[in-house]
Amino acid sequence: MLTFVIRRLLLAIPTLLLISLVIFLLVDLAPGSPMSEIPRTVPPEVRERMMQAMGANEPVVVRYLLWLRQFFLVEPAYVIDSLMGTNLAGGAQRVLSWQSRMPVFDIIAQRLPQTLTVIGSAYLVGVLIALPIGIYSAYRQYSWFDQLGTFVTMVGSSVPTFFTGVLLIIVFSVNLGWFPSIYDTTLEVTDWASFKMQIMQMALPVTMLALHNATEISRYMRSSMLENLGQDYVRTARAKGMSERVVVLKHVLRNSLIPVVTVIALGIPTIFGGAIIAEQVFKVNGLGTALIGAINASDLPTVQTLTFIFAVLIVFFNLVADILYGILDPRIRYD
Amino acid sequence: MTETAATLIEKPRSQWRDVWIQFRTHGGALAGMVVFLTLIAFVTVGPLVWTVDPSYVNPDAARMIMTRNKPPSLDWPLGTDQLGRDMLARMMAGGRVSIAVGLVAMSIAIVLGTTVGVLAGLFKRLDGPLMRLTDLVLALPLLPLLLVMVFLFRDALGRALGSETGTFVLIVSAIGATSWMQAARIVRGEVLALKEREFVLAARSIGTPPRRMILRHILPNVISPVMVAATLGIASAIITESALSFLGLGFPPDFPTWGRLLFEGVDYMQLYPERVLWPGLAISLTVLSVNYIGDGLRDALDPRIRGR
Amino acid sequence: MNFRTALLGTTAAATAFIGLAPAAHAQRAADGNVKILYFQAVSVMNPYMSSGTKDVHGSSLVIEPLAGFDEKGGLVPRLVTEIPSVENGGISKDLTTITWKLTPGLKWSDGTPVTADDAVFTYEYCTNADMGCSQAARFQGIKTVEATDPQTIKITFTTPKPNPFSAFVGAASPVLQRAQFKDCVGAAAQTCTEQNTKPVGTGPFTVTDFKVNDVVQLAANANYRDPAKPAFATVTLKGGGDARASARAVMETGEFDYAWNTQINPEFQAQLAAGGKGELISAFSNNVERIELNLTDPSPDLPEGERSQIKNPHPILSDVRVRRALSMAMDRQLLVDVGYGAAGKPTCNVIPAPEIYASPNTNCHVQDIEGAKALLEEAGWTDSNGDGIRDKDGKKLSLLFQTSVNAVRQDFQALVKGWWTQIGVETELKAIEPSVFFGGDPGTPDTYQRFYAEAQLDTLDYDGTDPEAYLGQYVCANVPGPGNGWRGTNINRLCDPAYEKLLADLSKTADLNERAKIIISMNDLLTKDGYVSIPLVDRARLSAKSKTLGGVVLNAWDSELWNASDWYRIK
Repeated sequence: MLTFVIRRLLLAIPTLLLISLVIFLLVDLAPGSPMSEIPRTVPPEVRERMMQAMGANEPVVVRYLLWLRQFFLVEPAYVIDSLMGTNLAGGAQRVLSWQSRMPVFDIIAQRLPQTLTVIGSAYLVGVLIALPIGIYSAYRQYSWFDQLGTFVTMVGSSVPTFFTGVLLIIVFSVNLGWFPSIYDTTLEVTDWASFKMQIMQMALPVTMLALHNATEISRYMRSSMLENLGQDYVRTARAKGMSERVVVLKHVLRNSLIPVVTVIALGIPTIFGGAIIAEQVFKVNGLGTALIGAINASDLPTVQTLTFIFAVLIVFFNLVADILYGILDPRIRYD
Repeated sequence: MTETAATLIEKPRSQWRDVWIQFRTHGGALAGMVVFLTLIAFVTVGPLVWTVDPSYVNPDAARMIMTRNKPPSLDWPLGTDQLGRDMLARMMAGGRVSIAVGLVAMSIAIVLGTTVGVLAGLFKRLDGPLMRLTDLVLALPLLPLLLVMVFLFRDALGRALGSETGTFVLIVSAIGATSWMQAARIVRGEVLALKEREFVLAARSIGTPPRRMILRHILPNVISPVMVAATLGIASAIITESALSFLGLGFPPDFPTWGRLLFEGVDYMQLYPERVLWPGLAISLTVLSVNYIGDGLRDALDPRIRGR
Repeated sequence: MNFRTALLGTTAAATAFIGLAPAAHAQRAADGNVKILYFQAVSVMNPYMSSGTKDVHGSSLVIEPLAGFDEKGGLVPRLVTEIPSVENGGISKDLTTITWKLTPGLKWSDGTPVTADDAVFTYEYCTNADMGCSQAARFQGIKTVEATDPQTIKITFTTPKPNPFSAFVGAASPVLQRAQFKDCVGAAAQTCTEQNTKPVGTGPFTVTDFKVNDVVQLAANANYRDPAKPAFATVTLKGGGDARASARAVMETGEFDYAWNTQINPEFQAQLAAGGKGELISAFSNNVERIELNLTDPSPDLPEGERSQIKNPHPILSDVRVRRALSMAMDRQLLVDVGYGAAGKPTCNVIPAPEIYASPNTNCHVQDIEGAKALLEEAGWTDSNGDGIRDKDGKKLSLLFQTSVNAVRQDFQALVKGWWTQIGVETELKAIEPSVFFGGDPGTPDTYQRFYAEAQLDTLDYDGTDPEAYLGQYVCANVPGPGNGWRGTNINRLCDPAYEKLLADLSKTADLNERAKIIISMNDLLTKDGYVSIPLVDRARLSAKSKTLGGVVLNAWDSELWNASDWYRIK
């Protein structure tokens, strides 16, 4: 297993470099220009100058190499400098957003907290409610609980988040006035009252996203459990006189987890990617809105940096999933 | 002649006949089938019965103002929208595209995803390259990807197939090409485990060729997660289509697909809740009916359940 | 205690503190916190770095120009004692210099004095070729900017300037502090994150915390020139969401005090107004929603590079009668009722304001379908095969009508298509992602500059009150094409010697009334005489404010936050 992991990690380097190149070319080829949010009253010569000052006019190869240098050499140097007090970076230019001229890593640092708290806890809540629902629905297939679950999850998957988000705001913020509709990113949790405020402002976006995530995961859990409950080993286990609890939660569950692990492993990187609609509806302003804003403004350095980190996470969590397969089913071997 | 002769001979027990018999006993599946066929009839036969132009805006200003945002009534069974257009006609016109996009795009994604997943799971040599490709597509930002695809292929497809068919082909392939990765990874995970199971080892040991192995032994055993991916995929394809048209990449702006009607309805949710209700209901019914049909099919296809 | 009671709690505390003192005698920083919502979040607090509206408005709380515009479009002094004019000697008789006198005793927020040298520095900063200054156009035609003494700024122009109020006038052209920005000249400007996000200013507030594209927190400037202002101690300037949600946050949930640009449909406006927590405020300026017509042929059958170019006149739209008929089919009042309500009014002009420049042209206000049909018949377009679509010489009267993706614009498209269909014009609609449509990427065919369509719906406003630069766009040399990387501004491809003659006259005329006369004739050439543009709706700025927020005067000519120093909490 260890050699497998090392081999995969080494292989990940060329893969990621290739991915970064493809992303770069893709974003560069996509229609749109960094000037799209500049008012049309600004004359063409001035726009040209602004593009030049950003470096957006350079050939694509030059920009890609510059980004590689900034991402892999300059940024780590700044990190080391700030930790050790050295001066490796020597004032070299960091990866700067074209939109705001801020270092992209500073933007990420500003936005990571709310993304992790809101999107991360929504994912966690989603998984925690999805697993029991999925298991119980499968165990009691076609019971009223299962039918209700199917109905709710199917309706849940058919109505998009742009609808549920607004619905939650209208019901719980406008009509009932229970929760705020706008997330305050400046709130610092220092005491009980501010903690309560934080919970209040997380309530609606977390509810919405958790439901959305739970829908998907519970469906996979249910179908995989159903598949396994019909297997011969279950009959054998029951015939041996094992308790239902052990049969279901130990044997069947463990064997049913492979697709669920895949779905969850695919989902974790998206926490970092943020949830664009949820962030927009509740003004969470996390990484999702940063990415979509940068895409709309053709802010190439920001898009490139965010998607690249996203790619690293995808590659990493897929490796984690592969390792978990081996643990869940020891027959699976990669060597 | 030959047909009558054939019926005289007692038919051998056909597998598909068994499947159908089992399917019939599944109440949910039958209900799903009825609902689904009704929806199909609604969008195909409906416009022949209810012949109102879905994009007709009354050119007379005074009359237009009077017929805006009407609640359901005899004249307008589902009411009218903010420009006095008939919602029933719009739901029918939009449904045709939405259902077609949902089913076709989902099928593309599922076929693509299953193929990649099975190949990667079964053949060690293909596993690396195919899964790295999956990682790559997963990592690509969706919006620029779609914009680039449309930018590159819209005109060519429009010229080759005509503007409407061209748009349809482009949309379903764009959605299909960007949503197969999850199915691929799930199927691969399942195949990795299946590969080590006794019956596959047995099949391999007697020299079953790969094609037969996949069709006979692997595919029937990954059907249930694929079914889930398929039902979840329909809804997301219908919604993605509307997102595409909001990027100006889909059908013309006056073309009322269900996703677009739902999005527009959100603006009017407090004043005229029925505006979101109709498209939301239609999409949910489509997904629910397909889900139940899928459930019934899976049970019917499983020989252990069949005949129980 | 939920969020709202917490909010009320802070205002209640402020009330207790200040008692019932009338606003006029308010005390600095006595009214607590004011929450402002811009659905497009602020990216940078320096308008020389980004000229996005949100950035200009946000920074106007901190840094100020020498003079600004008031809500009527008139000039008001901000850092100077008076507005220079030829009469008071501030502008030389030959119109080549303008002299500004700084108000004595002005201080930056760090306590140091404001001097004429800071303005000189700002000029040098923005005109540096490596800097990519987004307001460079404001400093065009300037020969020198000098500090004749610490209080006096003298600007000399290369040629006589009939309208010298461009540099240092309006929120987009503020004065920066030399001491803070001295190391940010040229290419270094890009990396001055600290300076660009927390500028030292003369405005009523200073930045305390800046989260890019999310939220800016500001506190009252201790050195603000009026010791009794601003009334608010802190400002929270939050971004995100959309127009609908931000209007809701002020008018329905009451979470915010002020929301910018809440363009929502009239029915939603009425519903929100009934919410009782806030009100919608609107102000008109020069923002006209119009249909631009393409005078050249955009046909896809032409080779790339020849589409929408002057050498291929449009086979249908070159005839002014067809263009006029298209305009006559419009019911502008209905468009206003459907899309804008109180935030719009019908207009027939591309220059609707200020009053003096507005053409007395109202002939378009009545829809005339029959007249339009007759005009098309006269032009030779008849429905020869009875399919409801007019044709001539075997060619169908068929148009492609495009715009950006936007709910109101799509409604307009549908309505216009209905009217045009009625007069026998076949219309195909197309909607394009705004960032692509307005992005101006020369490699993309779907931009408004390429104009690969017959008609497009958009809006275009201009800075300040003088439309000379704006009218100067419609000249032959500005036609976008492959030669200039599709960067021209003459979208309609108008090439009219009579128009360009008027433009030349305008640049030589200083007398306001004479200028007005020329501007009106140019406006008429574009609209009621030439029908190059079909103006539809004069759009107001529409914003929402809480009923507890006082002192707000909505200004469509300058930053909306122009008088934030006068804002106070109504008790």
